[in-house]
Amino acid sequence: MVKRGLAEMLKGGVIMDVVDARQARIAEDAGATAVMALERVPSDIRRDGGVARMSDPEMIEAIKEAVTIPVMAKARIGHFAEAQILEALGVDYVDESEVLTPADEAHHIDKWAFTVPFVCGATNLGEALRRISEGACLIRSKGEAGTGNIVEAVRHLRSILGDLRRITQADSAELFDWAKRLQSPLPLVQEVAETGRLPVPMFCAGGIATPADASLVMQLGAEAVFVGSGIFKSDDPAPRARAIVEATTNFADPTLLAKVSRGLGDAMPGLEIDTLETRLADRGW
Amino acid sequence: MLALQGAFASHAEMLGEAGATPIEVRTAGELAEADALVMPGGESTTMSMLLDIAELRAPLAGRLADGMPVFGTCAGMILLAVNVLDGRSDQRSLGAIDLDVRRNGYGRQVDSFETDLVVDGLEGTFPGIFIRSPVVERIGPDVEVVAEVEGRPVLCRQGNVLVASFHPELAGDARIHRRFLESAFASDAA
Repeated sequence: MVKRGLAEMLKGGVIMDVVDARQARIAEDAGATAVMALERVPSDIRRDGGVARMSDPEMIEAIKEAVTIPVMAKARIGHFAEAQILEALGVDYVDESEVLTPADEAHHIDKWAFTVPFVCGATNLGEALRRISEGACLIRSKGEAGTGNIVEAVRHLRSILGDLRRITQADSAELFDWAKRLQSPLPLVQEVAETGRLPVPMFCAGGIATPADASLVMQLGAEAVFVGSGIFKSDDPAPRARAIVEATTNFADPTLLAKVSRGLGDAMPGLEIDTLETRLADRGW
Repeated sequence: MLALQGAFASHAEMLGEAGATPIEVRTAGELAEADALVMPGGESTTMSMLLDIAELRAPLAGRLADGMPVFGTCAGMILLAVNVLDGRSDQRSLGAIDLDVRRNGYGRQVDSFETDLVVDGLEGTFPGIFIRSPVVERIGPDVEVVAEVEGRPVLCRQGNVLVASFHPELAGDARIHRRFLESAFASDAA
């Protein structure tokens, strides 16, 4: 519960990607509940190519010094040594993330072996339950990071939440088949069929660029949002960050959303999913 | 519950179990409909900013001055305290309970912990879940300490204000919420 609890505290909030202490302060000033420290935001990783790795500890330390809110950092999928280093640095959350280049093509990190809590991405219910069985304390729908395009986030949220609704209708015999199709442990499948929700919180990531995007995914059922490139790749990051925070709190109030969406300048340039060379969401097994 | 950000849904479950009808408060109008208020855990910097943006700070301060019963946990405790140490320089609290608290006083997430609490007036122990919790550094003369851990107060009361540095809403045990409601209604009748 102590590990899961921090995610409960982050609900209804916005976690922002930052690459240095200056951006971290802007994020905190705008009302971020946490920052994700990384070397390059996903849209730059996508543009530059090459191997994307854990950030430099010096940069993570500088961000920890700069803000009072929780600091998260990313490790490569399966790279438990990076995760051990992040834990030793005292980061508050590790994101085992498909945005970085995977280090292991078959195995994710055994997250039960750590004190620090982990967040993992998922595109569907089976993937979410596999990550939870490995010890993830928080699931985020993956979306397609660095595109400014919300369509994949919506697909993944709808897939996870739709299957959660459907699985509650299954009888006890059908749950064995669900477990087989989801490639997930039966006890977890039985648990979510009973409760109709994941045993850990579910946030949304990947492609959120506007206050309306934040409202959309919150209305679909996300419990908080991660914004990556969407803030610091836009024209004017500080007001956009604050507007997305307000939109996440008041996601069901269109009048207020209309007010906060005004005059924010240009959002980050978006990408069509069909034109992408690399689909980050396909990473993870 | 104050529903700007944080663990308000877990509080709603506990309040429901304790027999109350929880409503989500994001506007001054919704605050006016509430008989009592729970201020949940979350990030106090975020909540403090949202209080200002939603123009809730003045009406909330007014209700607190009028003696509305309030229960603040973790970030809620920080917002209700008189003094916040290690917060942001622009962080303003409501000063409803005479305490000095140190933000993240127990350390970062890897230092978060769980321990069994002895709470005055409750039988047995209560699961105390501490997540990047504030530490109480000073208590005023009118503040009653209801529970403590290693000599540090973790559950305190002053009049109609109850604050916890831990998370009773995550404990699966509604006894502290029930007690908050009982004392809230008792003072209504008085």
